[in-house]
Amino acid sequence: MPIVVVDNLRKSFGPLEVLKGVSLTVERGQVVALLGRSGSGKSTLLRCLNGLETIDSGRIEIAGHKMDYAPRPLRELRKDVGIVFQSFNLFPHLTAAENVMLAPRLAMKIARPAARQLAEEMLAKVGLADKLDAHPDQLSGGQQQRVAIARSLAMQPKVMLFDEVTSALDPELTGEVLNVMAALAADGMTMLLVTHEMGFARNVATTSVFMHGGLIHESGPPATMFAAPRTPEFQQFIGQSLK
Amino acid sequence: MFGLHFGPVFARSDALVYGFWLTLQLSASAIVLGSLVGLSAAAVRNMGPRPLRWLVQTYVEIIRNTPFLVQLYIIFFGLPSLGFKINAIEAGILAMTINLGAYSTEIFRAGIESVHRSQIEAGQALALTRLQVFRHIVLVPAVARVWPSLVSQFILIMLTSSVCSFISVEELSGASYTIQSETFQSFEVYIVAGLVYLALALVLKMAFAALGMRLFSRRRIKPIALHLPEMQP
Amino acid sequence: MIRNFGPSEILFLIESARWTLLLTFLAAAFGACGGLAVALARVAQTRAIRNFATGYIAVVQGIPVLILLFLSYYGLSRAGFNLPPIVAASISLAIYASGYLGDIWQGAIQSVPVQQWEASASLALTRPQQYRTVILPQAVRIALPPTVGFLVQLVKNTSIVSIVSVVELARAGQLVNNATFQPFPVFITVAAIYFVICFPLSLASRSLEMKFNAYRGG
Ligand SMILES: Nc1ncnc2c1ncn2[C@@H]1O[C@H](COP(=O)(O)OP(=O)(O)OP(=O)(O)O)[C@@H](O)[C@H]1O
Ligand SMILES: [Mg+2]
Repeated sequence: MPIVVVDNLRKSFGPLEVLKGVSLTVERGQVVALLGRSGSGKSTLLRCLNGLETIDSGRIEIAGHKMDYAPRPLRELRKDVGIVFQSFNLFPHLTAAENVMLAPRLAMKIARPAARQLAEEMLAKVGLADKLDAHPDQLSGGQQQRVAIARSLAMQPKVMLFDEVTSALDPELTGEVLNVMAALAADGMTMLLVTHEMGFARNVATTSVFMHGGLIHESGPPATMFAAPRTPEFQQFIGQSLK
Repeated sequence: MFGLHFGPVFARSDALVYGFWLTLQLSASAIVLGSLVGLSAAAVRNMGPRPLRWLVQTYVEIIRNTPFLVQLYIIFFGLPSLGFKINAIEAGILAMTINLGAYSTEIFRAGIESVHRSQIEAGQALALTRLQVFRHIVLVPAVARVWPSLVSQFILIMLTSSVCSFISVEELSGASYTIQSETFQSFEVYIVAGLVYLALALVLKMAFAALGMRLFSRRRIKPIALHLPEMQP
Repeated sequence: MIRNFGPSEILFLIESARWTLLLTFLAAAFGACGGLAVALARVAQTRAIRNFATGYIAVVQGIPVLILLFLSYYGLSRAGFNLPPIVAASISLAIYASGYLGDIWQGAIQSVPVQQWEASASLALTRPQQYRTVILPQAVRIALPPTVGFLVQLVKNTSIVSIVSVVELARAGQLVNNATFQPFPVFITVAAIYFVICFPLSLASRSLEMKFNAYRGG
């Protein structure tokens, strides 16, 4: 049974219809790379998947939850669906460990010592065992983004969403974040990620999805898709991306 | 050149000390209660239902655009005429609380609005409730950023406590008035009172700045420049 | 004899607001002169002058208006000037205003970018010329919203001079209350009249601020 089902999803901002009937299914353990030009609605789709945007019509089921915007069911859904943003969005007044502990303590009602231990584990997992008590402004961009990933992982989500998580980083820092994500994928985490890192999309993703004109224009295993694009739009897109 | 005589004034230093003590009590009560009012009102203003938001805004505008003295009169003379018994000190604390509450609402609101939407979304995405997001993600950066403005407002409300002498509260100004009517050393009394207020203002400023450092500097949030017109009620 | 709180009392209150406005006007006019001097002294090239201005602002902002009022009232009479209460009241309010306006305007002068000083100096302008032609016109735009906002504080603080028997609005309210024993309607009316004076000023300050921010942003 698929872990993510999106069926005929439509979403407009005012007069601008961004998603015009997107349908997508993702199986447990799949890594889906969302590709597409700027403004094609990739971020909007991810944000719809964890309820940060409300949808106009269609259906979303994710990690066993039907999308429901009432506060309580929405929180239950979000416990199982993590999201990492381009701009990290760490809480500046909390240390790395406190950032990671916050949601387990408040949303999962885990006691402080256990939450602290969980934070230590998660930060070790992203290679930051030595930065527990650092504040975000004492960390590099790559380190901040890894804390943000640890923060999401601490909720032990069933699905992780990543929205261009390396785009705000200097090139020499993207590697450390991509490595963490590759390790997660290898661990069997179900992931949907928007990325402009074509190498990562080709090598780590199990499926790539090309969005165009508010719809999924082309999708399939990256190896075949990149080797033999079926549509001229995708061909043009990879042509531009590889330049 | 004026031939100043401080002797008779210092002979009544007991009244001055008592007045100073009362000024401190009025100010401390108003600062604690007024901040709570302001913080709650700002939270309502930020995420409460629409009619309540409107109510908060009306409260703020009414208080900010009428003199503290008249607010004090309405409470001290008006409430008893409606059947609520209230003594002068209670009236003073109530008026100061309501007054500081309105000004600090605006300050807290500026702080809350300075917290970026993406911070709130990050909290929501972590399955926190609205209240948890406010309490754990918004509150500390919001207060830290407006702390300097808040401290200025605390000092202004301390100075404003002098107006409570109009309803014969024997705080520092009231005590000074009594002493000058007994000793006729009016100029000398007010020089002493002025110096005491000045010293208190400076000490409060330093104490609150130190408190701010303790509370927030470890938190590494920098204050923001607020374009709020400085006030005196 | 207890009078009723009727139209003639309301009229009396409204008329007494003239004194509130007059006090505000006098204090603003004299306070503006003092404030400009303080602001310029605060950014003067001589250190002693700057320190004096800083001290002046700290003192005025650290003492209640009520005490400033008594100090000028009794201080002046001790010095041999027997002035009518309204003059002593205007002087004390002007001192109060100069301390705050000086602070606001100094901030405005200093928020003019330093390049403007350098550019105008490179045109061989003298310091007074720099002020007149380059710095102050820009500073005025920055200072206008908080200055209008401060006028609201000034209007409200004129109520404090009611203690030296100047029959402005707050004192008139007291008199009417003493005659009618209807404190609630009387002081609500007084508050409403203050509100009618202050609220438009608050709105003006805010819209100027918004206009200025738009200007700064674009
Ligand atoms: N909150 C919003 N209000 C109005 N329009 C929006 C909003 N969010 C996104 N849009 C618009 O929707 C369209 C799709 O935006 P989206 O962020 O999903 O694109 P994207 O594929 O993620 O692009 P990018 O690669 O630049 O991140 C854009 O035209 C954008 O301007
Ligand atoms: Mg995007």
